[in-house]
Amino acid sequence: MRIFGAWLLVLFSSICLAQEAPSATDDPVLEKRVKALSEELRCLVCQNQSLADSNADLAVDLRNRVREMMQSGKSDEEIRQFMVERYGDFVLYSPPIKMATLVLWVGPFVLLIAAAFAMLLYVRHRQRRLPSPSLTDEERERARALLSE
Amino acid sequence: MTRFLIPLLVFALIAVFLWVGLSLNPREVPSPLIDKPAPAFELAQLRDSEKVIRNVDLKGQVWLLNVFASWCAPCLEEHPHLVALAQKGVAPIYGLNYKDKREAALKWLSKHGDPYTGIVVDPEGSTGIEFGVYGVPETFVIDKDGVIRFKHIGPLTQAVLEQEVVPLVERLQK
Repeated sequence: MRIFGAWLLVLFSSICLAQEAPSATDDPVLEKRVKALSEELRCLVCQNQSLADSNADLAVDLRNRVREMMQSGKSDEEIRQFMVERYGDFVLYSPPIKMATLVLWVGPFVLLIAAAFAMLLYVRHRQRRLPSPSLTDEERERARALLSE
Repeated sequence: MTRFLIPLLVFALIAVFLWVGLSLNPREVPSPLIDKPAPAFELAQLRDSEKVIRNVDLKGQVWLLNVFASWCAPCLEEHPHLVALAQKGVAPIYGLNYKDKREAALKWLSKHGDPYTGIVVDPEGSTGIEFGVYGVPETFVIDKDGVIRFKHIGPLTQAVLEQEVVPLVERLQK
């Protein structure tokens, strides 16, 4: 029980740590904007986390940069552009549609259509191969006899 | 016949995709800065904080920019290769001491050797952001016009230096 309690403590303390996002200003509107934008930017150090989630050094620096740029009146689009110029499309969680990313965007739909088509062909083929459930006269007679019993 | 052929083809296709996909290094994100002018900087030097280096001062020569820090373990891994490269005198190597402490960096260099022609300091990592640095060490090859021609993320190896960096530098120097 004591061990369980200790684990609980460890768990909760780590949750508290994770929630402790350093906020540099008291302006809730600005902080909200910083958070919203950094949620759609990827942290390049820990690639499966957004800038908002990550506590990597670089993520903290980039969040601060986002905040500074917003304070100096830059729009979200300008900040996104700034990040792409330095880190490439990879920083965007939703990459732009262009030749290099076409497979990424269209690929799943192509696969879906191909799979649906394959299934249709298979089902048709199978229907044709199965013998039609018709009975001979003798069988029909037997069935009637059984049913009327 | 097709009953076996189709699954086999599908399997082969998936195998090829996985073979290629899983052998790629996800940390090597292609840099959008290749073939773009290197971001301008004017930074204090590590050895003498009174002096600065501006990248416009370096125009007219092919040079390497190596981002390093004393706290970075992989930097130590590549360091002997940089020292050897500097001894060969292929091209001047400039260091960008990234988010480091001056004393720590100087101590690290006196211990492990100093291959750098000049070192600038970036204590806040803001120049690092301009260069799109996300994993120290990183190395850039910058041509005579100040354009970034090559970037390597992570520790340099003998193979990368011999097969990519040195031939590129020699080509750019012509």
